[in-house]
Amino acid sequence: MPEHTFRVNGEQVTVEVAPDVRLLWVLRDLLGITGPKYGCGIDVCKACTSHLNGKAVSPCAIPVGELRPDDEVTTIEGLAATSGQELHPMQRAWLDHDVSQCGYCQPGQIMAAVALVRRVAEEGRAVTDADLDGLRNICRCGTYPRIRDAIRAGAEAMR
Amino acid sequence: MTAIGRRRFLGYVLAAPTLVTAAGLDAGLPSPEITDLLDLNDLMTAAALPTANLITVEVGPDGTVSFALPRAEVGQGITTSTAMLIAEELSVPVGRVRVTLADARPELVFNQLTGGSNTTFATYVPIRVAAAVARSRLMQAAAAELGVAPADLTLKDGVISNRAGRSVGIGELSGRAATTRTLRVPVELAARESFTVIGRPHNRIDALDAVTGRKKFTLDLDVPDAKPAMVCRPPTINGKVGSVANLAEVRAMPGVTDAVVISTGVAVRAATFGQCVDAVRALRVTWKPGTAEGKSDESVLRELRAAEPPLGLRPPTPVVEGSFTFHFRSNSALEPNCAIADVRADRAEIWSSLKSPIVAQQAIAARLGLPQSRVTVHVTEGGGSFGRKLFFDAALEAAELSQRVGKPVKLLWHRADDSRQGRTHPMAISRVRVSYLGGTVLGYQQRHTSVSTDLGHGLGEIITALAARLPGGDLSFAQTFFQLSQTMPYQFGVSGRLLNETDRGFNTGSMRNVYSPDVTCARELVVDRLAARMGRDPRRFRHDFLHDERSRAVLAAVAEAGEWGRPMPAGTAQGIAFHSEYKSVSAALVEIDCRPETVERPIRDGVTGPRVTKAVFAVDAGLAVNPRGLEAQMMGGVMDGIALALTSSLHLRDGHFLEASWDDYFYTRQWNTPPDLRIIVMPSTSDRPGGAGELGVAASMAAVACAYGRATGTMPTTFPINHGTLSFTPKPTVPPIPPSPADGLDHAR
Ligand code: FES
Ligand code: FES
Repeated sequence: MPEHTFRVNGEQVTVEVAPDVRLLWVLRDLLGITGPKYGCGIDVCKACTSHLNGKAVSPCAIPVGELRPDDEVTTIEGLAATSGQELHPMQRAWLDHDVSQCGYCQPGQIMAAVALVRRVAEEGRAVTDADLDGLRNICRCGTYPRIRDAIRAGAEAMR
Repeated sequence: MTAIGRRRFLGYVLAAPTLVTAAGLDAGLPSPEITDLLDLNDLMTAAALPTANLITVEVGPDGTVSFALPRAEVGQGITTSTAMLIAEELSVPVGRVRVTLADARPELVFNQLTGGSNTTFATYVPIRVAAAVARSRLMQAAAAELGVAPADLTLKDGVISNRAGRSVGIGELSGRAATTRTLRVPVELAARESFTVIGRPHNRIDALDAVTGRKKFTLDLDVPDAKPAMVCRPPTINGKVGSVANLAEVRAMPGVTDAVVISTGVAVRAATFGQCVDAVRALRVTWKPGTAEGKSDESVLRELRAAEPPLGLRPPTPVVEGSFTFHFRSNSALEPNCAIADVRADRAEIWSSLKSPIVAQQAIAARLGLPQSRVTVHVTEGGGSFGRKLFFDAALEAAELSQRVGKPVKLLWHRADDSRQGRTHPMAISRVRVSYLGGTVLGYQQRHTSVSTDLGHGLGEIITALAARLPGGDLSFAQTFFQLSQTMPYQFGVSGRLLNETDRGFNTGSMRNVYSPDVTCARELVVDRLAARMGRDPRRFRHDFLHDERSRAVLAAVAEAGEWGRPMPAGTAQGIAFHSEYKSVSAALVEIDCRPETVERPIRDGVTGPRVTKAVFAVDAGLAVNPRGLEAQMMGGVMDGIALALTSSLHLRDGHFLEASWDDYFYTRQWNTPPDLRIIVMPSTSDRPGGAGELGVAASMAAVACAYGRATGTMPTTFPINHGTLSFTPKPTVPPIPPSPADGLDHAR
């Protein structure tokens, strides 16, 4: 069985599994990292959203064999550490706005939000309504309005 | 003494080494002498009452207070509101109250069913009584300890102090406050004026776990050797396996440990879910027909029309009539059906988010051939429900599979399965006739005809057990449910409503708010039309015909906050609607934009359509235990109402549903979310909480439909309004689930 080495939440990991197994299952079923959730398995619901080298990706759509040893995967469990604080400013904003209901979508929502804010910051602008409309993450509990408020607050705090 | 203001109750201290207390049996309905159960909340509360004494509050030696809630937390916030009730009566910080979900406890009989927005209504008094008993015992123990009378002591933040400043923590007192034989204790609950926790906004107690990824759902649990499992399902609804051509070949695939035929399809077990997906797709199965062979939206609509009860003779006065169609909808949560099962020769252990765990336990025991007492059912935190978790399809399947292969399994329904073979909210038609003369409404009749709704999750047993106390006599479960959940809020003269059901070939279940969104939407559209016929403003008309002040107040609140009647550009409009249920009242005002540039705005793989640009929702749910949680529930209800009116439905073709993805089934997305949403929690008019978990849906759906009708000049009659246009390419049914994409790196952003 081939070995795959990459970094997860700041640590080097090596897994032995067929190269076409998607990263989501490597994280959840083999490494026991269960923050990224399954909601569709076909890159639609975005419940699994995590970061690869700082950008938002859907691990359910990435064969583990495509990762290189220096690729850095960040899941919700490792997000706070990237800010050097106990909680990432976006997580704090989520708490301040009491966004979560069942919470199943929320790890993916937060990871998508952080990537969005970083992207618009690189473009030298603020988050717009159109940016928020463009987020594809499903929340079947319908927390969308609080998500919008929290992202705006989190974006301020990330500056 | 009025029943509502009652504060004195009996409770128990139970024999245990630490302090354990429970409510007495008088702690249920506002007045236990009620013999007529007037609505569904009364029914469920009366059913829960005889076992209220079996639910206990425990004070641990470390000063934490523990409570195993016999209900399911699926996002509605009942663990938080329950912790608040206990914190209030026991004067401990909310953070010191640990609320867990109780395993299935058959001795609770009817007191472990989560539904009907009944949890807070039914448990508000019993939980507080149990906590108040604990408080009184702790005060007595502290009085002995500190050598003063209980009246000279104060309890704050979990510490009891005397006037001289000596103090002792409740944890230290737990052993001394305990008893070796059960005691009956009278208590008085905290007066409403003294509340410091109940009625104040509180964040969810599990919020930190949710945002850090630590919150554990069923699939996140680490049960030894419970390897991933999935099922290859039939191409049509409830089809059966004929034969499998390549079981051995699939068993030899990478990671796969088992591949066997079970009652619902061909199950596979593997090291990862990814390998399960591949194995399911590789199976070559011939299928036998299902329970809806050849059926389509059109054929079911014909069945419904044929089953519709007559409206009766048309009166000689003017009438307004309307007939409305509501298509199949999915009650899938984001967390799909899933369960863990570990079945051994003489026992079984199950983990799943279950709203009716006792019924699940019975069904699983029967399926496995084990005594019920040998089946342990753990209720896990659920990733949404919307009615789906009233049933236990995945738990039953996991148990069967685990027994079959002799190994623990962690079973997951693929999203495509959850959408196509999972339970649906049944398709229905609703016909309304209102007769009037001059400015007076003489009569209102509604005939609701629906594909049969499966209520076989324990509610039927409750209805049977309490049948003697129910009005209406010889009705079916569904008709009883319908009559108990529907009311006529307007003074519309002689009013009547009937439900008829047909066709049991579908996997159905209650969806959030059950019949009310459709029934209310039909009624409110006809109310708008009637108002127009009489030359009246829709809001003014509703105001004048609503029965009571409390109802008029929520309507007035949205009208004012939403600036009802403000000038709107052509192609946009406001809509307003009212709904009452669960002893609560609600009103919604929305603004919708139906102009072509909005309707046609581009979104990849999504339905854009008309946009609700603003929504104002007012709720009076009696005493709001946690106003912030109540607002959250209303927000979710508004999002559901928008989806039901505009975008979300299942299309039935040739015996199967076409939708297999969240990009096929168009639940509200960010691009459909109103940029401007306001929830108004009315000052409480009652000493007791009403129900709220489902309340927000009906008025929201109706207001969106009314606004759409006013913006376009045509009353919509088919829901959702976009059902006639198929906005996606259906995925194949064989294999039943789509392949895992491999291009994720290309979309990093
Ligand atoms: S599970 Fe990855 S996008 Fe849905
Ligand atoms: S909080 Fe439940 S799906 Fe988003």
